[in-house]
Amino acid sequence: MSAHSSATSSPLKGYFAVWIALLAGTGLTVYAATLDLAPYNAAVALGIATIKATLVALFFMHVWHASEKLTKLVVIAALFFLLLLLGLTMSDYATRLWS
Amino acid sequence: MSMATAIPQPAERENYLNKEYGVWSWLLTTDHKRIALLYLISITFFFFIGGFFALLIRLELLTPAGDLVQADTYNKLFTMHGMVMIFFFLIPSIPAVLGNFLVPLMIGAKDLAFPRINLLSWYLYIIGGVMMLHCMLTGGVDTGWTFYAPFSTSFTNTKIVEAGLAIFVAGFSSILTGLNFVVTIHRMRAPGMTWSRLPLFIWAHYATSIIQLLGTPVVAVTIVLVAAERALHLGIFDPKLGGDPLLFQHLFWFYSHPAVYIMILPSMGVVTEIIACFSRKRIFGYHFVAFSSIAIAVFGFLVWAHHMFVAGISVYSALVFSFLSYAVALPSAIKVFNWTATLYKGSIHYDAPMLYAFGFLGLFTIGGLTGLFLSALGINVHVTDTYFVVAHFHYIMVGGAVMGYLGGMHFWWPKISGRLYPEGWARLAALIVFIGFNLTFFPQFVLGYMGMPRRYYDYSHMPEFQVLNVLSTAGATVLGVGYLLPMVYFLWSMRYGKPASDNPWNAAGLEWKTASPPPTFNFDEEPVVTWEAYNYEELDAPHSEEVPVAR
Amino acid sequence: MPDSTVIGLHHEEEHRPELLHHFAEPQQQRDAASLGMWVFLGTEVMFFGGLFCAYLVYRRWYFGDFAAASKSINMGLGATNTAVLICSSLTVVLAVWAAQTARRTLLIGSLALTMLLGLAFLGIKAVEYKDKFEEHHVPGASFSFDHVEIPGHPGEYANPRHAQMFFSLYFVMTGLHALHMIVGLGIFLWLFMMAWKGRFTPEWNTPVEIGGLYWHFVDIVWIYLFPLLYLIDRHP
Repeated sequence: MSAHSSATSSPLKGYFAVWIALLAGTGLTVYAATLDLAPYNAAVALGIATIKATLVALFFMHVWHASEKLTKLVVIAALFFLLLLLGLTMSDYATRLWS
Repeated sequence: MSMATAIPQPAERENYLNKEYGVWSWLLTTDHKRIALLYLISITFFFFIGGFFALLIRLELLTPAGDLVQADTYNKLFTMHGMVMIFFFLIPSIPAVLGNFLVPLMIGAKDLAFPRINLLSWYLYIIGGVMMLHCMLTGGVDTGWTFYAPFSTSFTNTKIVEAGLAIFVAGFSSILTGLNFVVTIHRMRAPGMTWSRLPLFIWAHYATSIIQLLGTPVVAVTIVLVAAERALHLGIFDPKLGGDPLLFQHLFWFYSHPAVYIMILPSMGVVTEIIACFSRKRIFGYHFVAFSSIAIAVFGFLVWAHHMFVAGISVYSALVFSFLSYAVALPSAIKVFNWTATLYKGSIHYDAPMLYAFGFLGLFTIGGLTGLFLSALGINVHVTDTYFVVAHFHYIMVGGAVMGYLGGMHFWWPKISGRLYPEGWARLAALIVFIGFNLTFFPQFVLGYMGMPRRYYDYSHMPEFQVLNVLSTAGATVLGVGYLLPMVYFLWSMRYGKPASDNPWNAAGLEWKTASPPPTFNFDEEPVVTWEAYNYEELDAPHSEEVPVAR
Repeated sequence: MPDSTVIGLHHEEEHRPELLHHFAEPQQQRDAASLGMWVFLGTEVMFFGGLFCAYLVYRRWYFGDFAAASKSINMGLGATNTAVLICSSLTVVLAVWAAQTARRTLLIGSLALTMLLGLAFLGIKAVEYKDKFEEHHVPGASFSFDHVEIPGHPGEYANPRHAQMFFSLYFVMTGLHALHMIVGLGIFLWLFMMAWKGRFTPEWNTPVEIGGLYWHFVDIVWIYLFPLLYLIDRHP
């Protein structure tokens, strides 16, 4: 990462905003778990978790202002292979009872 | 006619070998070249161990009856053979020896990005190796190198946790090597060394590193789960708790299939360098070869369940993985076409490295094609867990990877040691290896097709298998001789070999633009690259302008 | 160049003492360290990924049993821990900013606060583990999970064997996460000591940056662990 962020001179406001958003997201996900959203509970929980994780990665880990595309490529590559592992494995489990 | 040139060496220049003497200057070194040699000695040691187990296997299989060792012992023999050869020889071999030595040289750097992590890698390898040795000496493991659950988790009494931890530690050695290479190749290239000017050896190691980084952690955590199940009774694969043994296989093979590409990609990189040099031509289709290396790394992660076709996965999933397994052959095939096209109208020289490269071309192709047979579900049902599979992977790993390793050791030996090996003996050894290899493993294709199961110590129910088994064992003996010869004459050459010039092969590549052996920091001055890779036309042009020499 | 390559004995350039000999420029060294940490985090994604894969498979198979088991772990403590880690990520970015802007007091304070929050996390985790131990929810010979109703299915009881599967995954996943936290604490202790000695400057604060990246990653893992383990079914 380069020595100076290319963002505004004080990134502090952004950090505190993200912090509040993360705490709010935590509260929201706890609340959502108490609601009966039938098949969508998991999707909502994971969706909120993904938003939180994205905020941490983009703003706390500075991926948003990363000076290089390489950083973003590493993140995307790791996620891609993770999803490959999960997805292709599930393709076996999800189709075992099909016949 | 041998191409290598030798010059008499006046006083010995300071280089990485003679810079400092003493055990600690080696054991605490951060010089990538010294670390490469530390690895060379270590992996050769484990090659002997793995080879010893192979010898015992082949001796047992000389006769149909199980009369040399007991069944349990035989199980341990093939398990230890596989674990040692894969984790402690093949996976490190080219990357840790040739890669460590050459990557900084080829890109014009003084060292890898993280020299101390490089040394740590070697120590992790040694620690893992010592653990594995201890495990073997105190009873070993009998599950097969694949240590499938639930046998490995619930039923066997052998030392799974210890062997697993040994592999876990060695796995981190592999991960750190991959990490070092990726960062080095991105960050440490000399001025002018663009991605398109990199030797394809570098592209191959970059692709290999991607696999090491993304795949090894999955098998590492799988080992943690197996160890947790055995030691802490945290059953994840235990059917008694509703666990699925196939989940183990999914997680295991997610790494272990790409692992075979860790073993073959570096070898392909070596072969590319050798073929270009000994045909005196730029590699045909440079970008195709570069991108197919990356494609092999990526596609290699998409095919793992082809090891599980008959294990109980869904047939729809099997169809998908079968299709993808055909697809993964494409980039490898592209490389074979490109190597062949490079040879066409080249000025071929039959030095020992080239003999190994030729051997690689033929044997890897056979191994790869038989992989396609195995990818066909209909055939797979019949030949899974037979010697057909054993022959298939030995053609690739021994006929391919080990031939590439030996070819590379010969090609770069003058650079590494500053000495020339004896060419006559080397060509003889290459021939012996080729003959011995085919004699050992071709009969195994036939045996497998005829139905001889693998991992069986007793085949007295089908005594007609004996003839081919005897041939195979005879071949293994010849192969062993072929492997011993280089060890002898390489050692001999370090004392008595002719001193090598900077570039005895008149080869392209930055590593040849510095002394043999190189100084500790590789180059006297930082190279500035202004020429394309594989500039053999320039190198061979009569009365050529001196190609920019970085010294 | 006369440098020895034996560990710890590199010739130090006068004006750039932290520049290692094999790098040409400090920026190159910093970029290498940063890329190295990012790539390492990529490997960690796959390391935890294997566990998430196992979890996914069994949660799908044994949803009811997993829901029952999930309900028995303390959501309040889990949510508190999530908040603790989120706050610690804030203190980490503050530490990095402080290092970049030469604010020594803030740097040392943020690093200390981060460690405190990390210890709090582990403390709460220890309480949870103790609770599980007392309730006989630790997998093994003394595991018991009888007559626990599956949420949303009154009268149906969870299969104890499948519930034990949940707890096996719970302990391995949170245990591995806790192990990473402990390593993180070690790293931050080292950063704290270096900062105390005034070793970090706006020109050179790479260890703080990359230590921070590691900490954020451990936070992200927990961000996923929390809903997956604690919030399967919390309908009242």
